[in-house]
Amino acid sequence: MSKDFLPALFAESDFGKGAKRQMKKYIGKRLLLFIPTILIISFVIFFIIQLPPGDYVTSYVAARIAEGETFTEADIAYLRQSFGLDDPWYVQYFNWMKDIITEGDFGYSFEYGRDVWDVIMDRLWLTLAVSFTIFVFQYGVSLPIGIYCANHQYSAGDYIWSFIGFLGTATPNFLLAILVMYWVYSATGSMYLGLFSTEMMQNGMRWEYVPEFLGRCLIPLFVIGTSGTCGIIRTVRAQMLDEQTQQYTLTARAKGCSEKTITYKYCLRSALNPVVSGMAHSLSSIFSGSTVSAIVMNLQIQGPVLLAALKSQDMYLAGTIVMVQAVLVVIGTLLSDIALAWLDPRIRFSERG
Amino acid sequence: MVLNKKKNKEKDESYYLASQWQLMWRKLKKHKLARISFVVLLILYLGALFADFIAPYGLEDFSSMYQNASPTHVYWTDEDGSLSAPYVYKLQRYNNKETWTVEITEDTSEKYYLKFFVSGTEYSVLGLFTCDLHLYGLVNEAGEVTTDARIYLFGADGTGRDIFSRIWLGARVSLTIPLVSAALSFILGIILGGISGYFGGFIDNVIQRIIEVLSAIPTIPLWLALSAAIPADISVTAMYLYITIILSFIGWTGLARVVRGKFISLRKEDYVMAARLAGVSNFKIITKHMVPGFMSYLIVNLTLGIPGSILGETSMSYLGLGMKSPATSWGVLLKETQDLVSVASYPWRMIPLFFVVITVLAFNFLGDGMRDAADPYK
Repeated sequence: MSKDFLPALFAESDFGKGAKRQMKKYIGKRLLLFIPTILIISFVIFFIIQLPPGDYVTSYVAARIAEGETFTEADIAYLRQSFGLDDPWYVQYFNWMKDIITEGDFGYSFEYGRDVWDVIMDRLWLTLAVSFTIFVFQYGVSLPIGIYCANHQYSAGDYIWSFIGFLGTATPNFLLAILVMYWVYSATGSMYLGLFSTEMMQNGMRWEYVPEFLGRCLIPLFVIGTSGTCGIIRTVRAQMLDEQTQQYTLTARAKGCSEKTITYKYCLRSALNPVVSGMAHSLSSIFSGSTVSAIVMNLQIQGPVLLAALKSQDMYLAGTIVMVQAVLVVIGTLLSDIALAWLDPRIRFSERG
Repeated sequence: MVLNKKKNKEKDESYYLASQWQLMWRKLKKHKLARISFVVLLILYLGALFADFIAPYGLEDFSSMYQNASPTHVYWTDEDGSLSAPYVYKLQRYNNKETWTVEITEDTSEKYYLKFFVSGTEYSVLGLFTCDLHLYGLVNEAGEVTTDARIYLFGADGTGRDIFSRIWLGARVSLTIPLVSAALSFILGIILGGISGYFGGFIDNVIQRIIEVLSAIPTIPLWLALSAAIPADISVTAMYLYITIILSFIGWTGLARVVRGKFISLRKEDYVMAARLAGVSNFKIITKHMVPGFMSYLIVNLTLGIPGSILGETSMSYLGLGMKSPATSWGVLLKETQDLVSVASYPWRMIPLFFVVITVLAFNFLGDGMRDAADPYK
């Protein structure tokens, strides 16, 4: 499929000079809006994170008292002052932002006693790799299935593929994870919990561990990946069916175009509109979905750290993790909007005002 | 023959005179999977409506004797093999002095008969009056209603509560939260996405930034923060409302983006221009000319949104943000089963999962049928 599909999309003939200038202007405008958007997001995130009553000192003191220690009012006030939690939240936000912009300093994690950025870097690349792989898996699997189901509406294949896609979506992630883990356990006798085995952790990463590592990736990929496939399959199928009854499809068919050309060059291009605009959203749901599954499957990615930080109100750590994810989603939105404008000339030209 | 012909003609005429929605209904009835799904959903919703009646036990009824008990064995035949009224035996626990393990056996000294329409736990009907009639229950050999023995069709949970009862009582929460929150986010999405796409310009930019900000923030911190802002000691009803609002508040952005994209590509169409030149109001152009043009897509999105909220509710419960026991929803039930011990040793505790999966599937298939029915070219 991909052989015919890619040139049809990329070899554009209506992409003249005017269109190119239009496109550049559009991208420039979107890039200009990028920084204010990020600033607003950081503000909203900080507001949301400090919203729950209490702060890190409250939860820290509560945990310590539960262990049998005693605190005086003065101790608590001293702790709070030393963490800089005295100020109102917008002053804290301002200081945090100032340090990020001027020094690239994302603050200090109370829980870990280290710089936030160091804590994040521990898991950042693995998180990105896992999320990106799941993203590619979702679209790589569901686009062809959606097209197939539309072209063979009501066939056995349509029903079977739709059903599998539905099952993945219909089962809550955390239970699917447990069921798959149980199944793997009864089939192989090993738990395959987490992405790394104990040997890998002790000896560091070596080439001979790569196959096992990839094998361990399969379960999370399947569990988190299938949760989004159904939505994409449904959308692609519905859109393709809509396009197939349009007049231009009839014209193309009357002209004698091959079914392949009609599907991939005509219908798919229009059908991709809602799929592309949903991409950024699915990225953000991967981040959220992987948090829940990562807790069950003990994956060393950022989700569980984020949840723990949110619960103990380790605010700079939580804030930075959410910021990193949010910035990625904004970049994703930007890319999907550009792709949308490029796919659909009507959007590109409407931006002229 | 003549009569038959006349009948056919009448049928044809009614076909041509039917409105758009009547045509949709006709086509929907022909879609087999959609029909089955519709019936399934109807049964589930009726079950939720009459949950108090169907469930033999209330939310707080438990028996420590029945902790993690497997589904109750119902006997249909006597000791001598002849057919009998269905009956069950009481469970008893005893310490096996040789192996030092607790063993559960049936106490076969007394039979407890299954009886329909018995009185049991009291419940209130629509808050108007109380009633204690239940679909089925157990009576002892003297014919008195009893709770010595219990009939747990789907087995018991870790505290000895009836899973069958809890599923139906939980359905009241789990089946209605998604409907309300999907409807709320649907309305928000269409209005804001529509305004954004139709008018463009400054409003468009503002709404787009709001959507971008909201949808860029992963849902977990949003859930945590919003539900932490909910006071701890509120009633179940208020909690229910909060969960609904949180779910819909997060759900509308995706739909709004799609609606906007559709509006942008449709507003340059000739028929929209023609309507505008003819002096049709903006509101009418949107509702009469543009929205029907992509109604099928909106319907798919709505039916996909409902299962999304069902699953959202289970995730919230899993993270400890939703309903709290003894108030029950399917999310609470699933959260209680989410360890390998339940999967391996007490498989019947996974039964609520089937209800979740079946509901989600039914909504998806129904939406699918509606999509095909809404397509005017078929």
